[in-house]
Amino acid sequence: MNLLAGLGFNTVVVMVGVAALGCAAGAAGTFAMLRRKALVSDAVAHGTLPGIAGAFLLAALLGRAPREAAWLMGGAAIAAILSLAAIEWLARRPRIGHDTATAAVLACGFGLGLALMSVVQTLSVGSQAGLEQLLFGSAAGMLPGEAWLMGGLAVLVLAVIGLVLKELSTVAFDPDFAATIGLPVARLDALVALLCASVVVAALPIAGFVLAVALVVIPPAAARFWSDRAGVVVVLAAAIGSASALAGAALSAILTDTPTGPAIVLVAALFFTVSLFFGRARGLLAGGAA
Amino acid sequence: MSEFWTIDFVPLLAAGLSALACALVGNLLVLTRRAMAADALSHAIVPGVVIAVALAGVAGSVVVLIGGIASAFAASALVAFLVRAGRVEPGTALGVVFTTFFAFGVLVLEWSGLARTGFDVHHVITGYLEGLIWVGAEGGDGGLLATVATLPPVVFELALVLVLVVAILAIFRKELALLAFDPVFARASGLPVGLLEAALLTATALACTAAFKSVGVVLAVAMIVCPAATARLLTQRLSTQVALSAAIALGTVLFGYAAAILAPRAVGSALALNAAGTIGAMAGLLLAGTALIRARA
Repeated sequence: MNLLAGLGFNTVVVMVGVAALGCAAGAAGTFAMLRRKALVSDAVAHGTLPGIAGAFLLAALLGRAPREAAWLMGGAAIAAILSLAAIEWLARRPRIGHDTATAAVLACGFGLGLALMSVVQTLSVGSQAGLEQLLFGSAAGMLPGEAWLMGGLAVLVLAVIGLVLKELSTVAFDPDFAATIGLPVARLDALVALLCASVVVAALPIAGFVLAVALVVIPPAAARFWSDRAGVVVVLAAAIGSASALAGAALSAILTDTPTGPAIVLVAALFFTVSLFFGRARGLLAGGAA
Repeated sequence: MSEFWTIDFVPLLAAGLSALACALVGNLLVLTRRAMAADALSHAIVPGVVIAVALAGVAGSVVVLIGGIASAFAASALVAFLVRAGRVEPGTALGVVFTTFFAFGVLVLEWSGLARTGFDVHHVITGYLEGLIWVGAEGGDGGLLATVATLPPVVFELALVLVLVVAILAIFRKELALLAFDPVFARASGLPVGLLEAALLTATALACTAAFKSVGVVLAVAMIVCPAATARLLTQRLSTQVALSAAIALGTVLFGYAAAILAPRAVGSALALNAAGTIGAMAGLLLAGTALIRARA
């Protein structure tokens, strides 16, 4: 308790928010990975930029303080859902495919966002400096309000996953069997996509557009080396995500010239490398022992 | 008119050259469902470029291109290793490798001090076409050649890369087409698949790396994916698709750039939009519009 007291209330709030977010990202990302849709989150993260820029412009027009987290996150959330819908729509057109649709939405959403951002940057609002941080993320400048929002969303995501854990696991490991016993596979897939999108939107302030996807991708990939059971992989991915986010945010606060996003990714990559070699189920060195 | 030559000509030329190189490679990448791999690659070249520039001390064209290609091959080999030896799902392997490479590149950039010497990582992502001003456009007394020589070096770099990309695609055009349409038959008939994959990877890495300093990674990805996918909706023949994609890429650059400059002027504003962004957005709108019309037809 002395340690926590020494850090100050705001730091503790931010740390709890970051840890909860890493936890939710690992858990939600596990199901995206098992359904082979890990990179959709990358497109969603990039696709939030026009939403954030749009929310900023709208807030400025209405005379509100545009840096309010609720405004920006609201814009990001709407854009994320539109990106998901655009990918699904485009992927169903003949001769396009899921891969091309994902990359097209990613590049064009981000392009539209950049164009809108160049308008934002000419506004003399004075408070848009925070938007620059969104490229690579920063936990240091986070307001307690933002941390509460992130933490709250993470808890919500975890609660939803907990409620339908069994159904999600069945769909992830055996989609044919899941369909046979009457599980709504398409709806559960959409739920996973929405959960990942929520996590990515919440992760933008700390990890940034380019690297937010790493929180959803790397911890589950690392956890997969340790077990073949969905329940175990989810819990491990949540733990690795949480530890990576916390350690990365701490490193970025301690070291100079170290943005939070890259720091989190490299910590997660370390977990991944260790798991790749020593994971007990699928690790490279596990073959002989098992 | 002189304002056009000084301010608008070089950005248009740079974006056009880059878009052509990207769209031509993009045809094969879209056919083989590797659009997201191209996006991953465009981020994974960052550490190679940064380390090469830091070691060489200059951001010369050759240094940047060699660093980018080396990084692309390293990332690609690592993804293949994770998929084969580690049994990692391919999309996940791409995600792990490209975010790690990119994060490492950003940190090297920050720590080496390069970030403070004009090598702006924001511009790598967002593009900085607006920075390509042609100071010598007014022309001296040296004639046409001397005037051309005053163009910013990035134009020559992009032109060189376009020539290299076209050369690689032309040399292997039959083999690459076969590999794209029927990989099983291509392998069975004894084509040197490894060599072809390496050639395609080199061409992609060249197109992405050249886009790096001025055009931006985002525009490169948009131009790899959208013109080729749009052309594919309009034709089944590869040669027609390639020609169409090139025309679409150039048209998108022209109209996207014009929109960036003229749209704000239409509402009475003096500012200009990020041109790389408007070009990318326009490429996507064109793809969506074509998909909508072709689905009904």
